[in-house]
Amino acid sequence: MAGIFFQKREVVVPGQLLAEGRYRPSVGTYDREGKIYSALVGLAELRGNTVKVVPLEGVYIPREGDLVIGTIQIVAGNNWKVDIGGPYQASIHANNALRRPYDDDISKYMDCGDTIVAEVSAFDRVTGPFLTMKGRGLRKLDDGMIVRVSPAKIPRIIGRRGSMINMIKDNLNLQTVVGQNGRIWVRAPDVARSRLAVEAFKMIEEQSHTSKLTDRVDAMLKEELAKLESKDEENEDNEETEKDEESEDEIE
Amino acid sequence: MSPETKPDFLINPEGLRLDGRRPDEIRPTELEVGILKKADGSAMIKQGNTHILAAVYGPRELHPRHLTLNDRAYLRCEYRMATFSVPDRKRPAPSRREREISMVISNALEPALFLEEFPKAVVDVYIQVIQADGGTRCASINAASLALADAGIPMRSLVPAVAVGKADDKLLVDLGDMEDKYGGGDIPMAIIPRTEEITLLQQDGSFKKEELIEAIRMGINSCKYLHELQKEALKRAYAKRAPAEDDEEDEYEDDLETDLGESDLPEEED
Repeated sequence: MAGIFFQKREVVVPGQLLAEGRYRPSVGTYDREGKIYSALVGLAELRGNTVKVVPLEGVYIPREGDLVIGTIQIVAGNNWKVDIGGPYQASIHANNALRRPYDDDISKYMDCGDTIVAEVSAFDRVTGPFLTMKGRGLRKLDDGMIVRVSPAKIPRIIGRRGSMINMIKDNLNLQTVVGQNGRIWVRAPDVARSRLAVEAFKMIEEQSHTSKLTDRVDAMLKEELAKLESKDEENEDNEETEKDEESEDEIE
Repeated sequence: MSPETKPDFLINPEGLRLDGRRPDEIRPTELEVGILKKADGSAMIKQGNTHILAAVYGPRELHPRHLTLNDRAYLRCEYRMATFSVPDRKRPAPSRREREISMVISNALEPALFLEEFPKAVVDVYIQVIQADGGTRCASINAASLALADAGIPMRSLVPAVAVGKADDKLLVDLGDMEDKYGGGDIPMAIIPRTEEITLLQQDGSFKKEELIEAIRMGINSCKYLHELQKEALKRAYAKRAPAEDDEEDEYEDDLETDLGESDLPEEED
């Protein structure tokens, strides 16, 4: 009996039979004797004749071409060792980060604790992930903040063709870099807006498996922004009074 | 705690056990997934009076480095009993028995996992027995496999486990502490339900060949029942985290409109 044994976006568990017959197994599934089973807890999906399970949890496993945000942990000769989350520590060679000629002491350019945006240039089962910073937008980060979310939720945060992240950026007037490893760099015009950005990301993380999420996040941000603006107006009035009080204190 | 006395009979004349169960009945079992916030995956099991917590971390970087396996992740299980989990205080130092059970659990779970997806890494499984009343190794496997699934570790299947034992020459499923102590032996077993592959089979006491075969058959049946409970617990945990899809309409419900008397009309919007 051939066919599909799940509903669209159904929560499936490991070992559950998903499909039989002329279907192709993809991420989150495995096949035995022509039957496709789920390997994860997640949402089952059918694209064409490819069956996949979108994970709801999981650590970051690097893939070539991923944009990641990492923290430098060790400066080793002409390499930096970079924490990109997950089980594997990445390394980046100075040749792939700096313009030659560069000084022997590469800690002058980037040192432990610095945060960088880089791309995974090579990763296979034998050699650990290697990064590169040769490319547009790949750089050391000097300001802004990092929000950490589960790497499994990153596709949802980006949205279809960037719809979700662009909506958040437009609403809050942000600059962002979304790393596939679950770290998001945010630079917002003020503290209140960066708080809102964090709130939006957390909301997506918690409700990632529901539909029409973009609209709801949009509504939430618009509502909060409206509150913020009215509060700003109040604050402006208050600030004036506070200043008066302060000056009075000084007099005392 | 008064010293325990051997019960007069493990199976009463009506054929029921100490706690009123039938021979092929498992203890009331409660499973809950995702109860620890810090862990990557976690689960709790209450099987009768046996209470166990399991937490999974990883896959993550392996320390110490010399344990690294180049072709797959290392599965490191740690089974520990709380000092207060048994009537006589359990000494807190890891015992020989705990180390053995840790190894046994790890071997029972490993065939179900796709560890080759994470070479050189480690998956840590911590199992803490809060209250012990027999069957802790099997209950630990039940909980640990749920915690592994919750952590997003790819696996072939959940792994249910149960102990089958013998008392008064009758085979009993899911032994309690008394039945374990005063009965004629027990066989803990774990299976991969779809293929009925056995991933754990131990025995103490003596069984006839026919008894062993019958015990395994009973064990497989109970494991399949436990497997249903596990699947249900996992789906429940994720359904709870996901608000039902159709409540989006409710969110935008406007009280002002209900007065128009039109709100009862079903809306065909998507």
